[in-house]
Amino acid sequence: MGIQELLLIAVGSAFVNNVVLSQFLGICPFLGVSKNVKTAAGMGSAVVFVITIASFVTGLIYKFILGNKNIMNGELEYLNTIVFILVIAALVQFVEMFLKKSMPSLYNALGVYLPLITTNCAVLGVALTNVESGYGILTGVVNGFATAFGFLISIVLMAGIREKIEHNDISESFQGTPIVLVTAGLMAIAFFGFSGLI
Amino acid sequence: MNKCTERIYNGLVKENPTFVLMLGMCPTLAVTTSAINGIGMGLSTTAVLIMSNMLISMLRKIIPDSVRMPAFIVVVASFVTIVDFLLEGFVPSLYDSLGLYIPLIVVNCIILGRAESYASKNPVLPSIFDGVGMGLGFTVGLTSIGIVRELIGAGQIFGIQVMPDSYVPLTIFVLAPGAFFVLAALVALQNKIKRAAAKKGKEVPAAADCGAGCAACGNRGACGGHMTVSQSGNNNRG
Repeated sequence: MGIQELLLIAVGSAFVNNVVLSQFLGICPFLGVSKNVKTAAGMGSAVVFVITIASFVTGLIYKFILGNKNIMNGELEYLNTIVFILVIAALVQFVEMFLKKSMPSLYNALGVYLPLITTNCAVLGVALTNVESGYGILTGVVNGFATAFGFLISIVLMAGIREKIEHNDISESFQGTPIVLVTAGLMAIAFFGFSGLI
Repeated sequence: MNKCTERIYNGLVKENPTFVLMLGMCPTLAVTTSAINGIGMGLSTTAVLIMSNMLISMLRKIIPDSVRMPAFIVVVASFVTIVDFLLEGFVPSLYDSLGLYIPLIVVNCIILGRAESYASKNPVLPSIFDGVGMGLGFTVGLTSIGIVRELIGAGQIFGIQVMPDSYVPLTIFVLAPGAFFVLAALVALQNKIKRAAAKKGKEVPAAADCGAGCAACGNRGACGGHMTVSQSGNNNRG
């Protein structure tokens, strides 16, 4: 697969099919951890980190075990969901322990967000999309990284807007979640502009 | 049976997962492009919720405390796989329109939340009814969002034309941004009703209880009641 196709996939999953604003994956952290730019950037980087590793590991597992034609005639595919979610949960734990031991500074920056990522549906969503679209390991990792990068962009943008919204005069009923959702809707409209890119 | 009806009332009204707890936002926003999709997703989730609540409640004395989360996930993932195949076999059109979001029922906060906060502590029968109540509450939430979006975005309800021919559908409501707008309007409406009730001196429904179920979800801040408080606390830095 040429570099051009990889780039197309990357731009497609980061901007055109933005994981939050057009596919609605990872809405929980998007609404919950976007109160200021710094924590949003922390959460976003942790997601980039985990999704990239998770796409690589699930890609390996699919290629050599679940999708392997030599094992049970390739009939193990029905285990995808179960295996992937367990692998992701274990992976997050492992990454957390590894960072704590060997890279304390990175751990301090990302540490609090890591356990929250297991229930982030974007991680499982990317792993399943990779299999469904028939991506190989390299393409899968590129797709995973780009998707997570799209998440990082949108959560940081959202946090920036929310910091400004704080000083605005919002009608009583719309305070809190509703105004955040309206903001997200407007951002989604803006991201439609990218659909001309591909 | 009194306790069982109480569980259903609790799931449908008092702790409605969509409007009160604000759990499971991903499918809520993603699949509600039409009323029928909303019902399909709601009922699939209900089926998984009832079965997993039942099994987890049966196994609650066997599963050791330290590995309960992975055990719950395996139980839930197995039922999701079963539902996935049943839908693919018997309702292929619904299966196609729900797509990726069926396997993603596994990571729906509602299911793990109920397993952790109710089914793992209570006997089998109430747990089943808790699943029924929560599932129906979720289905009602999804269907009502689906009806609003389908009505404004396509002029139809359940695929039946209800608007006059002169009505020009606002297509944006069946696209991604419409999901955010409709949910924002519904939550704002709910805030307004709650505030009116509070002014009358009636008992206000308990503020969104995002305790055990959602602790792992990063969603605690998204719960209406707590948000205003923590926001004012967080933003004194200017």
